[in-house]
Amino acid sequence: MKILVPIKRVPDPALKTKVKDGSIDLTGANWVVNPFDEYAVETALRLSENGESGARNAGAEIVVVTIGPEDSAQQLRSALATGADRAIRVDADDKALDARVVTAVLQKIIETEKPDLVICGKQAVDGDANQVGQRLAGALGWPQATFAASVEMPADQKSLTVGREVDAGVEYKKIALPGVLTVDLRIVSPKAVKNHVTPDAFAYGDGPRYASLKGIMAAKKKPMDVKKLADLGVTAEAQVREIGVELPPPRPAGQIVADVPTLVKKLADEAKAL
Amino acid sequence: MGNVLAFCEFSGSAPKSSALANIAFARKAAELHGGEVIALLVGKGAAAAAADTAKYAPKVITVDDAALGEYLAETFAPIVAKLATDNNASVVSATATSVGKDLMPRVSALLDAGMASDVSGISAKNQFVRPILAGNAYSKVEINSPVIVVTPRQSEFTPAEPLGAAGAVSNAPAGSVDAKGATFERLESQKSDRPDLGDAKVVVSGGRGMKSGENFKVLEELADLLGAAMGASRAATDAGMVPADWQVGQTGKIVAPNLYFAVAISGAIQHLAGMKGSKTIVAINKDKEAPIFQVADYGLVAEWEKAIPELIAEIKKVKASR
Repeated sequence: MKILVPIKRVPDPALKTKVKDGSIDLTGANWVVNPFDEYAVETALRLSENGESGARNAGAEIVVVTIGPEDSAQQLRSALATGADRAIRVDADDKALDARVVTAVLQKIIETEKPDLVICGKQAVDGDANQVGQRLAGALGWPQATFAASVEMPADQKSLTVGREVDAGVEYKKIALPGVLTVDLRIVSPKAVKNHVTPDAFAYGDGPRYASLKGIMAAKKKPMDVKKLADLGVTAEAQVREIGVELPPPRPAGQIVADVPTLVKKLADEAKAL
Repeated sequence: MGNVLAFCEFSGSAPKSSALANIAFARKAAELHGGEVIALLVGKGAAAAAADTAKYAPKVITVDDAALGEYLAETFAPIVAKLATDNNASVVSATATSVGKDLMPRVSALLDAGMASDVSGISAKNQFVRPILAGNAYSKVEINSPVIVVTPRQSEFTPAEPLGAAGAVSNAPAGSVDAKGATFERLESQKSDRPDLGDAKVVVSGGRGMKSGENFKVLEELADLLGAAMGASRAATDAGMVPADWQVGQTGKIVAPNLYFAVAISGAIQHLAGMKGSKTIVAINKDKEAPIFQVADYGLVAEWEKAIPELIAEIKKVKASR
């Protein structure tokens, strides 16, 4: 089966946010693959292999795609290094994109690539919008399973049963393929992905895999197509535009209290919270 | 001029409290758009919640059909999109719950509409403020599409109060229901008498430092004393100490209660994103360098094993003296 994984680069979420002239200051940003997209790549790999032997399933192919400027090729290479087979970079300026344009681009890629499954991270940790997977599924008329914490694929590879993290607990939803899956962080726990090839007793390490040196070398030779928006025939324009960014007001400084009775007294008398 | 179609989740015969936050948002949007709020109830049994919902909105539309027994984005989205068009809506909104977040981007695809997710405010007709980068910045966006889709963040909008007069209720047909090959199988949830984490006035959260699920019992005792919901950090849910749906943070729930207890939680950015909006934050941690103390109004450097039982005893004393 063929799996398409759209990935996005984001500024390293561990670094401090800076604002300059009404937008996020990205000078000298350290770009990384959006963590949820890394989980999407890992999910694709786990669906496509025998986890115990490491052998790739017959006919399995993983294509990663990003939309961005030339240096976003680096994030595609890192996905190739962990095991994706092929990459497509659609050349575009970040500022020209919103969920509508990204959806239009992915739809065009899907028309050509005809994947059986699209796996997205549930959201990018910079914009925190959480839209593309659902929007894409809606535009394609495909079923969607969002916020996946577990996924099970039967031997016939025609559907997925997905454990979704919802407000009330875990919802199990079955979707026929082709479909769109968006993944939450627990999808990379040791036994979250079952594909009826990897033995049930097998446990993966926690989290997405690291690229091996061999993988990094191999990634350099893997194909990476570059396409322009015009080549794809995408004419959709962004409807959502950022017009300003501000840092949140700092919280007033708190106080360290000496002991429990003082804490309770302050909560009752000062904060009036009890 | 345009109306605001507010998708409202319901439970039994009433809208959920999360839906009342959406109606509060919808009222602000309707004022800016010069239209009215239309509350939309979709699902089997929706008609039963109409009378109560009509206390909050001048118009209520129900789509009550046996084929809509369980929520599915695939079947609900076309209904919401069609009713938005039929009712001249320029804004379509749903609270950013797990249903709203799943549903509304699909609706935006069907309407070819721009969407603002998880908004904390509306500053003009088509301008919205929303947290980005795990709440480390606020972005203002302008949306230029004939219809705008919005998911307001529950914790940022005070639940709507009833209006003086009850609104008019009408029914709309579901049309042909096509699940596109999706099936709801089951929901696994732990029954609890505690309030929902999303709208609790008090939240008691534990982190990695609690060491085991068994140790959370003492926090649950504190929670029950205060009528609080239980929460947890990602470290605690990942370690399997407590259920995943207790998680507060960027993944997990965003909460803004009057009082938030962070016990044995170090305070990773991920967690802070989910609770920074709380009115009063209490942090109890044995490590005085823990980042949680930087957002706490009251910090206590102590081991939870000793502090929590003492806290329970002291709060009981205060309650008894009233």
